[in-house]
Amino acid sequence: MATVPQQENHSYLGAPYGLAAWLLTKDHKRIAILYLISITIFFAVGGLFAAGIRLELTTPQGDLWTPDMYNKLFTLHGVVMIFFFLIPSIPAVLGNFMLPIMIGAKDLAFPRINLLSWYIYVAGAIITLAAVFSGGLDTGWTFYTPYSSISSETAVTTAAIGVFVTGFSSILTGLNFIVTVHRMRAPGMTWFRLPLFVWAQYATSLVMILGTPVIAITVLLVAAERALHLGIFDPKLGGDPVLFQHLFWFYSHPAVYIMILPGMGVMSELVAAVSRKQVFGYGFVAFSSLAIAILGFLVWGHHLFVSSQSIYAGLVFSIITMLVAVPSAVKTFNWAATMYKGSVTWESPTYWVLGFMGLFTIGGLTGLFLATMGLDIHLTDTYFVVAHFHYIMVGGAIMAYMGGLHFYWPKMTGKMFSEAGAKASAILVFVGFNFTFFPQFLLGYLGMPRRYHAYPAEPIWQVLNVLSSAGASILALGYLLPAFYFTYSLFKGKAAPANPWGATGLEWQVPSPPPTFNFDEDPVVNEPAYHYKPRHEVHVNG
Amino acid sequence: MQNIPLFPPSASSVAMEMDLLYLFITAVSAFFVVLVAALTLIFAVKYRRRHPDEVGADIHGSLVLELTWTFIPFVLSMVMFVWGADLFYRLARPPADAMDMFVVGKQWMWKVQHPAGVREINQMHVPIGRNVRIFLGSEDVLHDYSIPAFRVKMDAVPGKITTMWFKATQAGTYHIFCAEYCGTKHSGMIGEVIAMEPQDYEAWLAGGRSTGTPVENGERLFSTLSCNTCHKPDSTGRGPSLHGVFGSTVQLADGRKVVADENYLRESIMNSQAKVVQGFQPIMPAFQGMVSEENLMQLIAYIKTLKPAAPADAVKK
Amino acid sequence: MAKPSTALRPGLGETSMAHSHAASMGAPAHTAHAAHDENPNLQHHFYSMDQQLEASVLGMWVFLVTEVMFFGGLFMAYIVYRTMYPTAWIESSHELNVYLGGINTAVLIVSSFTMAMAVRSAQTGWRTGQIFNLIGTMILGSTFLVIKYFEYAAKFTHHLVPGPHFQAPAGMEAIGNQMQIFFALYFIMTGIHAAHMVIGIVLMAVILVMAWRGKFGPHYYTPVEVGGLYWHFVDIVWIFLFPLLYLLGFHGGPGA
Repeated sequence: MATVPQQENHSYLGAPYGLAAWLLTKDHKRIAILYLISITIFFAVGGLFAAGIRLELTTPQGDLWTPDMYNKLFTLHGVVMIFFFLIPSIPAVLGNFMLPIMIGAKDLAFPRINLLSWYIYVAGAIITLAAVFSGGLDTGWTFYTPYSSISSETAVTTAAIGVFVTGFSSILTGLNFIVTVHRMRAPGMTWFRLPLFVWAQYATSLVMILGTPVIAITVLLVAAERALHLGIFDPKLGGDPVLFQHLFWFYSHPAVYIMILPGMGVMSELVAAVSRKQVFGYGFVAFSSLAIAILGFLVWGHHLFVSSQSIYAGLVFSIITMLVAVPSAVKTFNWAATMYKGSVTWESPTYWVLGFMGLFTIGGLTGLFLATMGLDIHLTDTYFVVAHFHYIMVGGAIMAYMGGLHFYWPKMTGKMFSEAGAKASAILVFVGFNFTFFPQFLLGYLGMPRRYHAYPAEPIWQVLNVLSSAGASILALGYLLPAFYFTYSLFKGKAAPANPWGATGLEWQVPSPPPTFNFDEDPVVNEPAYHYKPRHEVHVNG
Repeated sequence: MQNIPLFPPSASSVAMEMDLLYLFITAVSAFFVVLVAALTLIFAVKYRRRHPDEVGADIHGSLVLELTWTFIPFVLSMVMFVWGADLFYRLARPPADAMDMFVVGKQWMWKVQHPAGVREINQMHVPIGRNVRIFLGSEDVLHDYSIPAFRVKMDAVPGKITTMWFKATQAGTYHIFCAEYCGTKHSGMIGEVIAMEPQDYEAWLAGGRSTGTPVENGERLFSTLSCNTCHKPDSTGRGPSLHGVFGSTVQLADGRKVVADENYLRESIMNSQAKVVQGFQPIMPAFQGMVSEENLMQLIAYIKTLKPAAPADAVKK
Repeated sequence: MAKPSTALRPGLGETSMAHSHAASMGAPAHTAHAAHDENPNLQHHFYSMDQQLEASVLGMWVFLVTEVMFFGGLFMAYIVYRTMYPTAWIESSHELNVYLGGINTAVLIVSSFTMAMAVRSAQTGWRTGQIFNLIGTMILGSTFLVIKYFEYAAKFTHHLVPGPHFQAPAGMEAIGNQMQIFFALYFIMTGIHAAHMVIGIVLMAVILVMAWRGKFGPHYYTPVEVGGLYWHFVDIVWIFLFPLLYLLGFHGGPGA
């Protein structure tokens, strides 16, 4: 786009300054920064809980925390990481910031609702923190009944309300994205010219608006059940505890796709940019996002293979779960093929791309073990499951989030970060992650159940657990490092050019950081996404 | 796989097959992980950027390749599905000749009763070479009876009776875990299963103190709870005769038909108005809260032994 | 794909995009929307009033989809327990006052009519019509809530509110727990519906103030249109609740 004059003085980071100007902003970019700050805090909090878990498991006896304390640690680790970090991470930070710019819009369709959704997120977070400080929560993030409704003595009701409230933040973000993609695209930005990140966000938003209301009503029922003993999930009063599991997983399995689909979208952007090449099989990658979103709603019963669900229901859920492997494989191979005959840079984003490819592939394939009904009997509720979903959510979603954060950092802040630091961080995370979670596959097959505070004192069990804890400390270093070089870059970083990576897309044609209304003149699009052309005369710095 | 420390002991009839299925999927997964890693690394090195304004080749895709990597994963995943579903199906249907054990979970222990009446807590002795079916109940919250060495696991769901079965093949002592989170001492809700040669098992049983077999206890409960005042062997009682009811199809007052399995009997005792048999008044009290899960299982065990008194009675109650 | 060629990008200048390896996605500013609508109700990030209206209406539709899923979870619980406990469901349904429920149904259907008239009045710019119909809608909505209040009060008197004071009606003690689940779902479903009514009435009040000030006309009626969608949706939820909860008892009995 040729018509954006570089005007440093009206960047969105410029005037108005001051806390009020930020807290009352309707600018999607500033709201993205508000989200970035809040989810980073929760990432740290959730990480501390994880550290507590890993420290306990270095010895088999369960001698560091009391059982109650340990149960609260893993519960809060799950609740914080899922509802307050992973679900908002890529959509609310990178999506909020980049999506309107990518499609040539000045803002999301509903800027005030966007700000409202951040405030709802904060309100939900405060209520949940209130639960943490008023007795904690020990139900596991799954809130299974009847333990949560009649047995637990912790602040289940408060936490349930916190999750209920936070859900609306996610719903409103999804709503905003859907309307924005439908109605706010610049002239010429047809559906099949959309960057794949936008496709992925669109699919994610569908899951958000269709799934989140169900978890909202479900946790509300748990809260009501707890307060009034209605009997809805209490077998002693005629209720069915397994109904809760159906309602819960109807949202919570698709929620996994809320976490990983945006990561897949980021990956499509990054793979194209680091290879400077059109994404291989654009249409297949775009539609595989929709396929995953739709299939994701039809597989919840694979969490219930040993929960007294009918065998025939289980067969249906198992076979549909297997089908999810197909679009996931399609994406992976397309990313790999994108690099073929590309011009692959070895700048820091590539490190995160390669890390994601390895970890996500393992995460996806280990899902097949669990979808295989017979094998799931042995593996369900063991550390195999824990390892599998960490490979997807940490190895996949967070790896993509970190990659995306590095890739877009110059655009968001106008500053370049330390390349060496970023490469070191990616390597530490990759190595630390595998040390942490690969041993857990083995522990799972050995039979170690999830959520165990103490475990049998057999040598191999302890060796694997210690390996896992040691890996976690490397992983923690990998995540701490960016805090330093990102902060440093804000003050001392080299000013970022508009397009530091030499990538395509409207977002790389506006200044870094972008002006308040993104575009000084309304953009028109006349090319497909990722349209790289040899331009020898142009110098690229990066 | 006895001596590989990364596998649990292999001590049941399905353990070997389970391990083979695991190794099969592991092999497929390893192939694809290596393939994807190799492709990306080779491409990243081979096609590395050689000068700063270079761009990649103008390639958009290939329908043949897309179909290939749609079709191959589909076929492989269907192979896994069929194998896994077959194994699951067999594990979900206990053989007819199995001996029945009764296990009840409560926070935080496992209570076990043998068919001969001997009871244990957090231990379960079983003979090898015999099919053992376990009726599983819970007195409070969800639990899960997991025996990794046998590769079996089943949720204990309050308000339901669930079943699982295995055939132990190797004598030894193996872990029992509660695998469904159940509160404070979840990780203390463990025990051991002791698989013994059949003659050792009989000897062990003989040394144990029996408080009556489950069927005997059930018969006693049937009269102490006054079930027998209404449920008479013939059709003269105020309630339907229970002789031959197990496994039969029952016509309900609201027009539905149900097969009288363990969960039907359980519900009809605990929650007697849920399904009223046609031709009878809904006068039976609900025994929810008055009968423990163990007693309930004993009652059901007894009711299952009641044979049809006369052919005429068995047809309809 | 065509060979790379700058000729394909007419009008591309290199101005300012110092590093654009990136393809030129944009051409010079298009002029179609260069002159923004002058309507003061147009928000800065929209090109035109049409775009703004379309976005708002689509936004409300998407929101209503989430509402369908929200009630959907409750309907699912309703279906599961109705299948498990058909007798208790029929007996409980008999305890509801079908006449009050029926009157309320009629009230809501009429309110949907006044709402539709309010939207029409906004589109044609008939201020008096907007005001009368909005007030009418609010009065009917409030009537619904008042009747609902009397129904709830009766349930309290008869100890049919789930919780520690719940007592099954005489002769129904044996299925008391099952009836309690029915009433739990009854109160949660109708309670959440009533909460939606309250929100709707507040929305109508806000829209009424805007109508009073004469904001609506053929060029701007988005709030009335969107508020109307919401109101109709809340009515439709009741159209499902009424037969499922109140009329269920009429086709009950053996063989149902």
